Amino acid sequence: MATLSTHSATVAHVEEHDHHEPQSFWRTYIFSEDHKTIAKQYLITGILWSIIGISLSVMFRLQLGFPNMKLEFLRPILGGWINEAGKLDQDFYLALVTMHGTIMVFFVLTAGLSGTFSNFLIPLQVGARDMASGFLNMLSYWFFFLAGAIMFVSLFIETGPAAGGWVIYPPLSALPQAHKGSELGMTLWLVSMALFIVSQLLGGINYITTVINLRTRGMSFSKLPLTIWAFFLTAVLGLISFPVLLSAALLLIFDRSFGTSFYLSEIYIKGEALPNVGGSPILFQHLFWFLGHPEVYIVLLPALGMTSEIIATNARKPIFGYRAMIASMMGIAFLAFIVWAHHMFVTGMNPFLGSVFMFLTLIIAVPSAVKAFNYITTLWRGNIRFTPAMLFSIGLVSFFISGGLTGIILGNSALDIQLHDTYFVVAHFHLVMGAASAFGLLAGVYHWFPKMFGRMMNEKLGYIHFWLTFIGIYLVFFPMHYIGIAGFPRRYYAFTSYDFTKNIFADMNSFISLAAIFSFAAQWIFIYNFVHSMFRGKKAPQNPWKSNTLEWTAPIEPGHGNWPGEIPAVYRWPYDYSKPGAKDDFIPQNVPYSQTPESNLPHENELISLEKEIEAQNLNDQFKQPH
Amino acid sequence: MVYIIALLSVIFLGLAILVVSRMAAVIKNARGPVEEGHIGMSNRINAALFIVFFVLGVIGAAWSFLYAQQFFLPEASSPHGRRTDFLFWLSMGIITAAFVVTNALLFLFSYLYQHKEGRKAAYYPENHKLELIWTVIPAVVMAVLVFTGWRAWRDIMAEAPADAQVFEIVGKQFNWIVRYPGVDNNKLGAYNYKLIDNNNEVGVDYTDEASFDDFVSTSELHIPAGKPVLLKIRARDVLHSVFIPHLRVKMDAVPGMPTRFWFVADKTTDEMRNITGNPNFGYEIACTEICGQGHFSMRIRLIVEDEASWQAWCKEQKPLLTSTPDLATRIPANLKAKAAKYLPADAASAPSDSSTASTNQGGGISVASATIR
Repeated sequence: MATLSTHSATVAHVEEHDHHEPQSFWRTYIFSEDHKTIAKQYLITGILWSIIGISLSVMFRLQLGFPNMKLEFLRPILGGWINEAGKLDQDFYLALVTMHGTIMVFFVLTAGLSGTFSNFLIPLQVGARDMASGFLNMLSYWFFFLAGAIMFVSLFIETGPAAGGWVIYPPLSALPQAHKGSELGMTLWLVSMALFIVSQLLGGINYITTVINLRTRGMSFSKLPLTIWAFFLTAVLGLISFPVLLSAALLLIFDRSFGTSFYLSEIYIKGEALPNVGGSPILFQHLFWFLGHPEVYIVLLPALGMTSEIIATNARKPIFGYRAMIASMMGIAFLAFIVWAHHMFVTGMNPFLGSVFMFLTLIIAVPSAVKAFNYITTLWRGNIRFTPAMLFSIGLVSFFISGGLTGIILGNSALDIQLHDTYFVVAHFHLVMGAASAFGLLAGVYHWFPKMFGRMMNEKLGYIHFWLTFIGIYLVFFPMHYIGIAGFPRRYYAFTSYDFTKNIFADMNSFISLAAIFSFAAQWIFIYNFVHSMFRGKKAPQNPWKSNTLEWTAPIEPGHGNWPGEIPAVYRWPYDYSKPGAKDDFIPQNVPYSQTPESNLPHENELISLEKEIEAQNLNDQFKQPH
Repeated sequence: MVYIIALLSVIFLGLAILVVSRMAAVIKNARGPVEEGHIGMSNRINAALFIVFFVLGVIGAAWSFLYAQQFFLPEASSPHGRRTDFLFWLSMGIITAAFVVTNALLFLFSYLYQHKEGRKAAYYPENHKLELIWTVIPAVVMAVLVFTGWRAWRDIMAEAPADAQVFEIVGKQFNWIVRYPGVDNNKLGAYNYKLIDNNNEVGVDYTDEASFDDFVSTSELHIPAGKPVLLKIRARDVLHSVFIPHLRVKMDAVPGMPTRFWFVADKTTDEMRNITGNPNFGYEIACTEICGQGHFSMRIRLIVEDEASWQAWCKEQKPLLTSTPDLATRIPANLKAKAAKYLPADAASAPSDSSTASTNQGGGISVASATIR
């Protein structure tokens, strides 16, 4: 009885909330605290950054693929970085490589992927009105924006942007006299990254808090969609590892500007012996990779989570081994913290440590293999619809397998001696981390576009985009393994200085560059489709993919608070697809077992008695809190 | 290869035309009515394309591998390199099998279980036995690979044998400098980075008598074949990394933290010329840690020769002290006698200023004492 009265009281309260004052343009679209708007801000910023990041890679691929090409046509963009002979400046080549890495890893695949979909999906899929703190969420985006603005400015300064590789190993990055890219560009890089880390931490705290505290009635952790599990674990990874990168960056700032010697020791440069002694460049590498390795999973886990959801939905089958998927994600997340030194096998680190890290690294192959097998088994005996999102998800699994397998070789310290810092490594991580995560991002956009913008993306263009990109990426990165096996080191401006690289694979490099340009060109189909569909796409139905998760129970274009009236309660796991006996081939999470007696499994009939209890809980609706 | 590129360009062009024509059709259709829930021809095309992609992909992968193979590095010229190469190709075999099988299943299932009207997917949420099987199999395979890899790693990284021939290699922007332990005592002298200047590029410390006969080179490193060689590696300014591709050697050079790598080169440069059929073949040392503008051109030649000719070559070399007598000023008085034999005799007769004069005088006396001894 008591429940009933609170219930009616809250209904009245909710009514009040439906009539919010319309907010000003600035508060609605710019400094918005609404998670959906912030997600779109992240997405659009991420897409813009990806255009810049990939363009940079095309520029250095021109240099690598066509070393004799006159690049004068780039002078309007690059100005003095194209020298009198029409060639790319050697310093700027390294700057291009560095900025490509930084932008793609941090701004596109961390902020653009996790920022977009954690923000968009966490409240909608756990059944919350918004993030735990809308204000922190807004701050998170604007810190990211500021970080991006500073990084963008650094591209245009006279000495050029940071150019010591995206890993910015000192002493090269610590000594302005060592390299053009270690002057003002490096300072701006560090400031930008510090702000970026603040943004990530604000975002991460919010994601974790929202998942733990704001789940709707009945949404236990064992009923969470795998997307949310992935975002949650990603946020935990970020929260633990990003501060370590911040400390690494701070110490580097101290070494650069305040005369400390954290990373510097016994250096003679430009005719001068520096006074610094006692520091260790290896310390930086440990600190950097303590973030740097989890970072791989920070970009990959959200993609894997979304793929799980998309594959299950479009195969019309429950994801195979839901619990095994969670366990393997937890395993990966845990192991991610204790494998960092496999990036450092040949840095002079104690070989015994190398052995330990080799063991730990190869263990991570086991949960990864389990995930791959589970995806494949989910397809088995399904009834697959190839939406563009589904195609990209299948592509992701293929990249995840192909790129992941070479990790078994690189994680083996004895084999890493030869392959370390060769193109084999470049091929490996571009497939498993770059392409796989990018496919996760694209799959996510195709899948949740209807929820974001209330319109459908064009499917046919999506198919074409997928096939061109899928083929293009394999054509870029598959031959790159061969170049690596032949011993070609990465970050080389040209391969003309050595007999072992001279006169071979020149055509292969041209081929890779052509394939890269081709893949980049294919992305404009997506961009056209994205922008066009945003305004002209077909109107979306409420649940276009016939999916089970909560976001599809919200209105087609959810307003402030996501659901008018009560937030739906959750009674079942999100993967009741093609359940025997059921009328439809999907049963959304908010359908109680008492309404589906025809399809309930024996143990589920027992859960019917708990439904009243679930409905009575009403702790987490922010609109029902007194304020 | 040019033909392949031409062929692929044609394919790309074809695809591009296809895209444009499809796009036109698509845009025409976009204004049509929404067909809710209709799954048509596109689904079948996409499913079939997965099979086409897989078949063409496997053919392309196999062909490209066979083509690229000729450019891979020749068989390793060091025993540890042959061992890691074997493990590499073993692992490669295993992962290629896994790669083909898993991708085949992925694309095959996509094709076989494409949407069919009236079919219902199987409700198959879990199978603990299957999960267990595919947890255990990768775990066992990993265990084998880890174990073999670990044993190779342990042996490669073990302490160098006591009789190893020592060399020092120092990275700087943008070249390598090698220091030989000398024509007489076969011991590397001490060094200190504060002593570096234009005459003494690696900062040899002449208060250590082992330094006197050390000699340096920036153009080539001569090592004996068939004998353990210990490279002592350090850097002067920023990180570098010693990479000898044909010997499968790689180790970073770190300022302030000396590193090392030992190996046996068992094929001389001449032998390799025969094996590769390339009369100009030469071993090379490269840099694989980004170090600035000239990173891509830090080449130094490596010459592997049999021990006798290596010994003979060493004897012909002049210690740094001999070629740069100015360094003699750094020798403490009590060791001057021992250094004298490396100093050119005419240095004494050409005093340029008072300090060198006095040193040379001291040198002259020590020549005498050394002769008496």
